[in-house]
Amino acid sequence: MVRVFHILLVSSALIMLTAGSVQAQETALPGDTASDVLDTVPPGPPCSLTVRDYLENSDFGDKIEIEWGLSPDDGSGAGDVTGYVLRRSLAEGEVGEKLDEITNGTTRYIDESVEPGTEYYYSLEAYDGANSSEPVLAGPVAGRANMFQWSRLPVLVLMVVFFAMVAWFTAAAGKGAKLFVRRIPGLNAIEEAVGRATEMGRPVLYVPGIGEIDNIMTIASLNILSHVAKITARYDTPLIVPTARAVVMSAAEEVVKQAYAEVGNPDAYNPDNIRYLSDAQFAFAGAVNGIMLREKPAANLYMGAFWAESLLLAETGFEAGAIQVAGTAMVSQLPFFVTACDFTLMGEELYAASAYLSREPKLLGGLKGSDWMKVVSIALIAAGIIARAVGLESFVAWFQTQ
Amino acid sequence: MGTIIWTTIGAVLTLSVYSFLYKDNPFYKFAEHLVVGISAGYYLVIYYFNFIQPNVVAPVFLLRFGDEVIGFGSSTWWLALIPGLLGLLLYTRFFPKVGWIGRWSLGIYVGGYAGLSLSPTMQARVLNQISANALPLTSVTNVFLIVGLLGTLTYFFFSMKHKGVLGVMARVGIVFLMVGFGASFGYTVMSRVSLLIGRVGFLLQDWLHLL
Repeated sequence: MVRVFHILLVSSALIMLTAGSVQAQETALPGDTASDVLDTVPPGPPCSLTVRDYLENSDFGDKIEIEWGLSPDDGSGAGDVTGYVLRRSLAEGEVGEKLDEITNGTTRYIDESVEPGTEYYYSLEAYDGANSSEPVLAGPVAGRANMFQWSRLPVLVLMVVFFAMVAWFTAAAGKGAKLFVRRIPGLNAIEEAVGRATEMGRPVLYVPGIGEIDNIMTIASLNILSHVAKITARYDTPLIVPTARAVVMSAAEEVVKQAYAEVGNPDAYNPDNIRYLSDAQFAFAGAVNGIMLREKPAANLYMGAFWAESLLLAETGFEAGAIQVAGTAMVSQLPFFVTACDFTLMGEELYAASAYLSREPKLLGGLKGSDWMKVVSIALIAAGIIARAVGLESFVAWFQTQ
Repeated sequence: MGTIIWTTIGAVLTLSVYSFLYKDNPFYKFAEHLVVGISAGYYLVIYYFNFIQPNVVAPVFLLRFGDEVIGFGSSTWWLALIPGLLGLLLYTRFFPKVGWIGRWSLGIYVGGYAGLSLSPTMQARVLNQISANALPLTSVTNVFLIVGLLGTLTYFFFSMKHKGVLGVMARVGIVFLMVGFGASFGYTVMSRVSLLIGRVGFLLQDWLHLL
């Protein structure tokens, strides 16, 4: 009997000691280190998780807003939550790959790495440095582009101003108003060059650049080509147009053919003179150089978008003794044309020439509109300078669109 | 052995092109025709595999590349027919009676691109320039920049004759432009000289092993 009582007493003591140890672990003081006290209790999960398309500001649908309620152990309860782990997946029920770690006390996160229109699922876990809570899941959600991007409001405002001016001037030109455009010196040179080629009985070479048809310089060049083709058709002078793009060749054919028909000399149009040479930049330059030396055009006209081939062409034309007129808005190539050609249409002069020659109301309207847009720009720069001087930085910042 | 042959071909073609500096000659003609012909074939293949195959052929027809089946799987495969058809219309130019139809494709292509580029152009070339040039007039550099900008803008103003104040401003603008062109010319000539050095290095080092 005494033996049984002794066993019960020892057992009770052992149970009490074990219970005391567990209690000691659970009531570990903040100063205790992980080495002497092991935390095995995970924190409570975040109270809620909400995901939605980011709507607060203009975006391209590449942002998703995530909000959650704090874990009961974040700032209260055990107070041991050190942060949250956010995961993202493409399939429902999957925890997904870790997207980011977020510090405790935070309740909002903007995911800026989403593909617009793709549906995502998110999960969020609270962690205390040793354990993570059960994940809270949310989704699906997809990023959608905002209907109106307020950050681009200045673009809209200036576009409206610009188009109003263009529309007004176009209408005025259409009604027969004489819109003044100053004469550009290089334009006289084009007619002189064609006249010289006619006198010498040699062809005119017109290079519309190596830009695609969607390049605005190529489009302006085709307008000038129309004018040149009318002169050559009138004088019955051969016109050679080498091209580097198949679509540009098609367009050049149409332009030249129509110009010859308008002048009343359609039989003089030679489709073999509108040539596709090569898409490769320097192969094209080499082939045009060959034309300059073998077919000996007396006038070389370079109008359009040019890159590194500009000096190769202009230098060979100079060596061949041709009169040369160039026109491009490629700032990096203008120095070479200015150096090696007799006349150069610089930058916007190329577009102005196109409008000046054709007197087409739409082109004139565009030219006059862009002219007055420059006045608006100068006024806005002046206003910006004054605004900066008086500390109104927000005025200048308004123009800094994303 | 293969390396020597290809290096020699490269060197001979390089010298053929440089022979143009003397005058037009059969060697230059050969090199010119070779590069034009090869580039035409090369770009045909590039355009097919980079544009036509992935954008038209693959979405419309069922194609298999190894284990990967591409094409016909997209619910919007029929959308590829629209640009495909517009591309085909360009070939109507070979038939004079219906050649005008090809202009539709050109019109859509040019108009679409022009419309798409309007907003970025306004942003990059007007708005950003305005904000970048609204500088405080607190340094000589800033004053210099703004005078140059106003002068250059005035030079490209076509609605009035360049007389009086406008003429003076335009003259200031052209001076700034020419200074800029001079600097750009010098910079580019230096880079072209480095290309020449690279080519001479190829001839003397890789081909003749003299360096």
